[in-house]
Amino acid sequence: MKTLTGKKNLKILGLASALGLALFGLATLPAAAGGIKLLNVSYDPTRELYEDYNKAFSAHWKATVGQDVTVSQSHGGSGKQARSVIDGLDADVVTLALAYDIDAIAEKGQLLPKNWQTLLPHNSTPYTSTVVFLVRKGNPKGIKDWDDLLKPGVSIITANPKTSGGARWNYLAAWGYALKKNNGDSAKAYRFVSDIYKKVPVLDAGARGSTTTFVQRRIGDVLIAWENEALLASDKEAKGKVELVVPSLSILAEPPVAVVDRVAAKHGNAKVAKAYLEYLYSEEGQDIVGRNYFRPRDEKAAAKYASRFPKTNLFTIDEVFGGWQKAQKTHFADKGVYDQIQKEGK
Amino acid sequence: MSPKTASDLSAAPLSPKGKLSADTPGSAPAGTPNAPMMRRLDTKQAATSEPRWFQRILIGVALLYLFLLLFVPLITVFVGALEKGVAAYLGSFGDPDTLFSIRLTLLIAAIAVPLNLTFGVAASWAIAKFDFWGKNVLTSLIDLPFAVSPVVSGLIYVLLFGKQGWLGPWLDLHDIKIIFAVPGIVLATIFITFPMVARELIPLMEEQGKEEEEAARTLGASGWQTFWHVTLPNIKWGLLYGVILTNARAMGEFGAVSVVSGHIRGMTTTLPLQVEILYNEYNYVQAFSAASLLCFLALLTLAAKAIVEKRVARSRKDAAASIGGG
Repeated sequence: MKTLTGKKNLKILGLASALGLALFGLATLPAAAGGIKLLNVSYDPTRELYEDYNKAFSAHWKATVGQDVTVSQSHGGSGKQARSVIDGLDADVVTLALAYDIDAIAEKGQLLPKNWQTLLPHNSTPYTSTVVFLVRKGNPKGIKDWDDLLKPGVSIITANPKTSGGARWNYLAAWGYALKKNNGDSAKAYRFVSDIYKKVPVLDAGARGSTTTFVQRRIGDVLIAWENEALLASDKEAKGKVELVVPSLSILAEPPVAVVDRVAAKHGNAKVAKAYLEYLYSEEGQDIVGRNYFRPRDEKAAAKYASRFPKTNLFTIDEVFGGWQKAQKTHFADKGVYDQIQKEGK
Repeated sequence: MSPKTASDLSAAPLSPKGKLSADTPGSAPAGTPNAPMMRRLDTKQAATSEPRWFQRILIGVALLYLFLLLFVPLITVFVGALEKGVAAYLGSFGDPDTLFSIRLTLLIAAIAVPLNLTFGVAASWAIAKFDFWGKNVLTSLIDLPFAVSPVVSGLIYVLLFGKQGWLGPWLDLHDIKIIFAVPGIVLATIFITFPMVARELIPLMEEQGKEEEEAARTLGASGWQTFWHVTLPNIKWGLLYGVILTNARAMGEFGAVSVVSGHIRGMTTTLPLQVEILYNEYNYVQAFSAASLLCFLALLTLAAKAIVEKRVARSRKDAAASIGGG
């Protein structure tokens, strides 16, 4: 009896291992293609931009230098991505939502020099954006400016400032508006921003997450979003379902780029990584930037796409908050203002 | 003695006993075999049953709950995947990044499942058949991955192997990549799935006892022979059940893998991560198509599970019967 089951047992084991082998055969990954491999670790809404740009850069590099370059992408909330690079995600270049996140990589990770922002033109920001609102078609709640967000019955979608760069720009834009309106009274600004966060039902980890929450899952009446993210949705991906609303005052968002020196050097990619970022400032690079709804720095590209970008009053983070280091420390660090707002909300 | 006759024998005195205990509920003699006790409980329930309309409402609520929470989402996935027709659905799998994620997911399962099978058998063999110091601690430790959140499981590896972690500087020096690369994903998957085989085998092996192994040893079988000819045939269905569950979880894991992956397309994205990426890039059809693969996997797992479960129940009954008969 037992020997019989033993044989059956053998058969089953044999079958299982054959299946395992078959799985393994299926799974053998394709051999790595030759040429240079570059990893660009970026934030959430640049997915489409860099998909376009990587193709253009590979073609450019092949034409001018003659080498094949494959650029891999990784996207997520800017703060989270910076954390991953610090923890060892092998980024040759980082293209993040705000300067503080790259500062963190320089300080905590010691992977690039602290003066990184001086190494490329325009404070290492080849494109800019701002913060706008996205509302449902026909703007049923009549949202025109920041104050309308606090109307009763309006539910607001924005991402978590702790993990998302865009969400930090959103927060600062709201704060800056409230400061200006209340003649610099920061207690009133605190109240205003705190009231906004009380009306947020879902805090996603990244900007794209909150866009899909608003557009696809149809939660909320207004999305506070990157201009590029809102344009992509209203002009292309959710055309006819959502509308862009430009507030009277907003922030000039400057998402910077940098070569992660130590990683790029280790990979032998220092030269190509630098060229990759520099080409963002070229005529073709700037055109791709504009095409993907980011505001180009280059005047020619800016003029070409000017009709896309609504004119509004913009303040910079340096003017109102004294730069990212200070803003981060006051507002987003542990036990900072944002933490107090969160605590109050509970 | 053949197991069949044994179970027939134990089933024979069922009906009189059932009637008897229905008259005097709760007066079960100590040491009644398992199967008759179940029967007795059934009759007792029938005697004190709720009105029929109440039963129907309860069943209706349960079905509605199942429908809303399980079937509607499942259907949504397939509706989403087929929204633009079968051609678009099949076309989704032509995307190189999606293809890569399917391959990577298979590779990870092909590594994690055999390793956890070996570990699970060894651990349950040790726990069920031997007494040693610290056995209780080991039994609880095996359950640890079930108890902690998958995100924490992922973070453990970041804290251990990350650049700022304990082993990070050493690994960096020797140019070994663990997290944000395939090894990290494999490790996280193994961690998440390692209780599954052991959890399934330990109760089964404990129930079966160690008499048969002891008999084999007395008759001169070596340890390996005992395992191969006595233990393994007894646990094979339970083992298969554990393997199916391990495989399903290994292919479907999101949280822990998401933390250690780094989300590099075409390099470290598994199928569940690829679903999220596609969804976030407005590629809804592709996202749902990839998700439908995971659903097919789930349905296959369920079918295999149902078949194997029956065999497990039978092998348990056999074990009980052979004890009752001996």
